[in-house]
Amino acid sequence: MTRFVGTVSLLALVAALGAGSALADTKDKKIALSNNYAGNSWRQAMLRSWDKVTKPAVTAGIVAAADPFTTAENQVTEQAAQIQNLVLQGYNAIVINAASPDALNGAVKEACDAGVTVVSFDGIVTEPCAWRIAVNFKQMGKDEISFLKEKFPSGGNVLEIRGLAGVFVDDEISKGIHEGVAENPQFKIVGSVHGDWDQAKAQAAVAGILPSLPDDIVAVVTQGGDGYGAAQAFKAAGRKIPTIIMGNRQDELAWWKEQKDANGYETYSASIAPGVSTLAFWVAQQILDGKEVPKDLVVPFLRVDQAGLDKALETTEKGGVANVEYTAEDAQKVVDAAAKK
Amino acid sequence: MTGTSFARNLRMLLPAISLVVLLVAIYALQPRAISYVGFNLMLNLAIPIALATIAQMCVITVNDLDLSIGTYVGFVACVGATMLTGGVAALPLVKDLQASGALPAVLPWIMQTPLAGVVVLAFGILVYAALGALIHWRNLPSIVVTLGMSFVWLGLSVLILPVPGGQAPAWIRQMMTLKPAFIPFPIIAAIVIAVIAHILLMRTSYGAVLRGAGGNPKAIERAGWSLLRVKAAMFALAGFFGMLAGLSLVGLTTSGDANIALRYTLLSIAGVILGGGEFVGGRISPVGAVMGAATLTLAGSMLSFMRISPDWQIGAQGAILIVVLAARTLIDRAERNR
Repeated sequence: MTRFVGTVSLLALVAALGAGSALADTKDKKIALSNNYAGNSWRQAMLRSWDKVTKPAVTAGIVAAADPFTTAENQVTEQAAQIQNLVLQGYNAIVINAASPDALNGAVKEACDAGVTVVSFDGIVTEPCAWRIAVNFKQMGKDEISFLKEKFPSGGNVLEIRGLAGVFVDDEISKGIHEGVAENPQFKIVGSVHGDWDQAKAQAAVAGILPSLPDDIVAVVTQGGDGYGAAQAFKAAGRKIPTIIMGNRQDELAWWKEQKDANGYETYSASIAPGVSTLAFWVAQQILDGKEVPKDLVVPFLRVDQAGLDKALETTEKGGVANVEYTAEDAQKVVDAAAKK
Repeated sequence: MTGTSFARNLRMLLPAISLVVLLVAIYALQPRAISYVGFNLMLNLAIPIALATIAQMCVITVNDLDLSIGTYVGFVACVGATMLTGGVAALPLVKDLQASGALPAVLPWIMQTPLAGVVVLAFGILVYAALGALIHWRNLPSIVVTLGMSFVWLGLSVLILPVPGGQAPAWIRQMMTLKPAFIPFPIIAAIVIAVIAHILLMRTSYGAVLRGAGGNPKAIERAGWSLLRVKAAMFALAGFFGMLAGLSLVGLTTSGDANIALRYTLLSIAGVILGGGEFVGGRISPVGAVMGAATLTLAGSMLSFMRISPDWQIGAQGAILIVVLAARTLIDRAERNR
């Protein structure tokens, strides 16, 4: 409470001085990252990106602290308690990758009521008082068909590899793909399997369905983490390898490069960069800075095209995901784009 | 005071002592946490845990163990977030049917009444009572039966809420976010829960029979009481407190999720043991169990204030448990040596 009064009086002082800048300073503000899970390469890269960007920001005095916290068991109640503890520790903003879109709303509301800025990303929360940096997964699926339309104007048969059944992301990407196909009836989805975003599972699933599919498959639409497995399944079956859309995983990019060098193979790759955590960091910083920021923001995809493949592969570590860290300017662009809508 | 009664008193006081030690440590680390707002934030998630702990304690009283309490609480939360708010019509399944035109847009009263939720919750308690009876009748190991039930509850929750969502009834939400003057709501709730459970199990004559069924079932049977009925009653009571845990949890989170309370199974067992209960012999302490639940919750807060990496937090929580249990064993030994 005293801190709150202090902040208010400080703000009043700044206002009273009426100095030219209308911006509040964020150098004494603390930002925390509340993360529900750190068990895969994507999340590990996300945490590394957070450190890489926030440590210099703290050293430079842009914010006072930017500490990451991860719950051990990926449990809703555990993360709710964590958020409430972060409020008590006096953080001014909490950046959340949430375990559940709805079930953290109570804790998020408590944080908002205590005057804490809450920014959610990737795993977003639906509580209206929080900011959301969401991914347009549907668009991601639709983009795949748009790419295929340019490459194969006359259309053809397409195999779809889906993600983990029952997960919102899988549903959205697939919806986007099917919407794209509905708009471009020259394409036909001849088969659909669940690869669970895992190369080995995708390979097994594709190998299982291939014998029942026609020979003239022109493309495989994927969700990321399954392209390399699909390629292996086609190779093992002795089939011609179609255009497989990739998802920025290192093994996928490496395979693509190998094919490109050997026979000029063409495709593209897209996914969400784990560095999106740094985008959320800058958005939180801007909100604390007193900027007007719309509540709903959209993350840009990280897309690798034929021309950018070599560079992307170089910067991606083995077993990792192509990544990019965002700057304060990038965050500004995302905010401006949302404000225009 | 003789040595033996001193040891016994110490043993009874152990849960309270551990709780006070934790509070002092938290005050040293983060003085602002010891305030009205602080207690609200630190302890509100302890209410459902305390209720789940009491539920677990009921089962432990009759020398059984409930490994399904976590998923059962999740099931209640899912029912609470859907059918208790808008009746059958609030189920995502029914909404899908409406969207596809299989059901009319405006549903009859019977499908919209929250009474459907009440019926389902009552059914949950009945299932618990039946399980207790089944375990006694066929002499089954409760661990196996309840482990199996945990998958049943989880499956039902996923059927009710395939993806997280729903909306907690407004009255539960209001109750859980009460801001009474001076004393934070979680503390009042904890005291009420402890007192009710204490009176029910420790002060009534049938309570003594219930506990006796764990301590010396033969004697209870010879005295003419039906052990079948005792087990069914204790499991029904567990189902009732588990239901309260789920409803209070959904009041805090505002919406349901099938996986919301998986941790509660182990937390509730740890809470009972921390609070001075024993796995066998009907030796329990409702007041201690509530304190045990609060201790476990506060331990999480303290570890987070200490900036202990989450990878170590589970281990550290385990260490706290071991320290308290070790202290109890030492006291027990002192008691026996006198």
